[in-house]
Amino acid sequence: MEPLSWTGSIAFLNPLLMIAIAALVLSILIWIVGSILLPEEQVSVNADGTVAASGGIRGLTQQALRFSFLACVGLALAYLVLGILMGTSAGIIGAMSQQFLPVWVALIIVFAMSIAFKRRLGLYGKLYDSPIGMIGFGLVTFWVFTGIFGALDLIVTHDPLVQVSGMKNKVPGTPLPNLEEGEYAWYLLGGDNLARDVFSRMVKGAWIVVQIAPLATLFAFMVGITLGLPAGYYGGRLDTFLSFLANLILAFPVILLFYLLVTPEIVATGVPNYMAAVLFVFPILFIGVLLNSRFYTRPNFRTPLLIGVLGVAIWFYLSLISTGGYVINTDSYRIWGLPTYLDLFDIPGGILVVFVSVVFVNSPTVFRIVRGLALDIKTRDYVAAAQTRGEGPWYIMLWEILPNARGPLIVDFCLRIGYTTILLGTLGFFGLGLPPESPDWGSTINEGRKLLSIYLHPALPPALALLSLVLGLNLLADGLREESLKD
Amino acid sequence: MGLFLLRRVGVMLLTALCLTFVVFFLTNLYPNLEKLAKTQGNQRMSDAQVAAWLDNRGYEQPIVKQYGQWLGIVPGFTNTLDDGQFVGTCVRPGSTPEDTPTFCGLLQGEWGYSTVFKDDVGGIVWKRLGNTGYLMFWVLVLMVPMALIVGVLAGMKEGSALDRSLSTFSIITTATPEYVSGVIFIAVFTSSTVGLKWFKGTATQAMDNPTFENFFLPVLTIALYGMGYIARMTRASMTEVMTAQYIRTARLKGVSFPNVVMKHALRNALIAPFTVIMLQFPWLLNGVVIVETLFNYKGFGWALVQAAGNNDIQLLLAISVVSVFVVLVTQLISDIGYVYLNPRIRIS
Repeated sequence: MEPLSWTGSIAFLNPLLMIAIAALVLSILIWIVGSILLPEEQVSVNADGTVAASGGIRGLTQQALRFSFLACVGLALAYLVLGILMGTSAGIIGAMSQQFLPVWVALIIVFAMSIAFKRRLGLYGKLYDSPIGMIGFGLVTFWVFTGIFGALDLIVTHDPLVQVSGMKNKVPGTPLPNLEEGEYAWYLLGGDNLARDVFSRMVKGAWIVVQIAPLATLFAFMVGITLGLPAGYYGGRLDTFLSFLANLILAFPVILLFYLLVTPEIVATGVPNYMAAVLFVFPILFIGVLLNSRFYTRPNFRTPLLIGVLGVAIWFYLSLISTGGYVINTDSYRIWGLPTYLDLFDIPGGILVVFVSVVFVNSPTVFRIVRGLALDIKTRDYVAAAQTRGEGPWYIMLWEILPNARGPLIVDFCLRIGYTTILLGTLGFFGLGLPPESPDWGSTINEGRKLLSIYLHPALPPALALLSLVLGLNLLADGLREESLKD
Repeated sequence: MGLFLLRRVGVMLLTALCLTFVVFFLTNLYPNLEKLAKTQGNQRMSDAQVAAWLDNRGYEQPIVKQYGQWLGIVPGFTNTLDDGQFVGTCVRPGSTPEDTPTFCGLLQGEWGYSTVFKDDVGGIVWKRLGNTGYLMFWVLVLMVPMALIVGVLAGMKEGSALDRSLSTFSIITTATPEYVSGVIFIAVFTSSTVGLKWFKGTATQAMDNPTFENFFLPVLTIALYGMGYIARMTRASMTEVMTAQYIRTARLKGVSFPNVVMKHALRNALIAPFTVIMLQFPWLLNGVVIVETLFNYKGFGWALVQAAGNNDIQLLLAISVVSVFVVLVTQLISDIGYVYLNPRIRIS
């Protein structure tokens, strides 16, 4: 087998891409300088009430920017489409775009459906009016689909944990020495220090992030909302106490907290299990209070609903916190949990402690945001109207205040998933929590950085992957903020 | 103002007490102590021997009492073992029962003894803090002006080309954590594969002899990540000020745009960023730990990693105290500064 070059037989596109990128950079610079130096567009009002704007040089710079940007996008698409069609004969780029084929299909379906029905989709549909938001959403969905399909073994070319002899630190596109039947012939992004496939590890790493980050953020939001709403609504001693606790956690430097919480010794004492048992109660409380406050006037409907929903939630809760029949299982003592035959799933101790500490670090910030919003919204007229109507405090908090605080909360949710991703990377970077052979991005960066001055390829792909995912989330949040401010 | 300060300092002390107790509790959990006993004594000690070792050295006392000893408000633990060895919380290698002080804790200026560096913790922390302080100084010198300039330029005219490109730039920097940007910088500027070799990939020499070549990359890595956030806050504050009534009045009076920005808008727009910069310190502390590990610069963050990795309880406690103290003091400064800078609050 021949080693693959980066672009293979579609190398004729490279000079074109160079030109397009140079043109894009140049036109951005001219656009910025032009916006300062050139005069503003002249807008004249005609007699019939219409408005006419002259293009001018300023308009010209905008046109140049638009066309060079379109050229770049078009060329990138050409690389992808040719790559999908030609596969490995289009080099590493081609092979990779072919491997990502399920992701492309899913992305096209999502975008086509969303654009077709965007007027009926509310805030999500409006996202497609903002280019920034669309780019961000595209990046995020790309990694989400990569994570999902990667977990289904559709994208990966090799097992991310298997070492192939002779592939240690090999450059991207190196063919495997002793090819077996049905095996992919190349290491697309090279081999790492332990001769594992960098490309497959990057794809598998996406799944770890996609699994943990949104869920941990969601839990942090449940905790923050359940505590922040009463703190803001009631105020007084409760507020002082809870705010003091939140500030206490916030005053901890995050890394110190991780080093204190996420060590094997602490896991052995069962502290993370206690924290999990406390933190994971909040979602149940939240759901229970949410439904009860809404339907308590209709007991016939409320009671079966609550029994059903809370029954499932508590079952999940118990399976979440108990492992192998125990809630806490240390050398000196144990606490019985759900018996194993009822236990839906087991979470390995390492993942649980990572999850718990990430939730723990994030919830005080959410608490402060929710408290601030509740303080602001509780002075509104509709809250006063609900109070006059005789609604209970929890109904007002959860069904009057919370829906009206959704805009900032959704935006913060996106930002916070990005931040959680960064935190997960930090944990991996210091080798805390997750097992050392785990393909998550932080651990891979940490392993790759040791040989960075000689071999770039093991560390850069996970670094760029993490960068693009967090960037996507930030852009998405920005787009959402812009669109939600419009109405 | 005086009452406000007093209350703030009181809350701060209470917070510090709570936090140090939490750290003390977590570092003195039994598995940690067991590890300590095995590294200090003998790797192959049996469980009973470990318990005896810990009991002889006062680690089995109630946690609150130990905390008091560490603080220096409870007399230190001393004990003479069967073989005549004199041990205790205040005992240093080579000291005798006579010259060992009764109290030794934070209040007496005794930080304990590091088991990894075989030295007094106070000395280590000061030396490492000096290194980190130097790093932080240059980070602030680079980050604050850059962030303020970017934020003010972007917020001057909302929606302009300059605004959009600078905002994108600051979004990109906030999305790039230190361990990503550091790796990219090292890959691009120092590795032999790319061949630029403008900078050094480690900052080990920078501790004795900092030069632009070996010190710029760590500084830039921390500064970039912190910068984006401050710039965005500055931009938000600047756009808010630029839509205020008095700015419109100034414009209508015929004051030129640069003058409006420099003389009327800037002062009010910089109140919010001041608080944000102060509140960035805890995050900078994170960046310091990552960057010092990445560039092998032996500062405070490096000491934290060493202490935590090697189960050096006393050193880890001291480092926690210092970092918690830094965070709380910056919060206090930001509160006072906000009141002081904002005439609306100061005068009322």
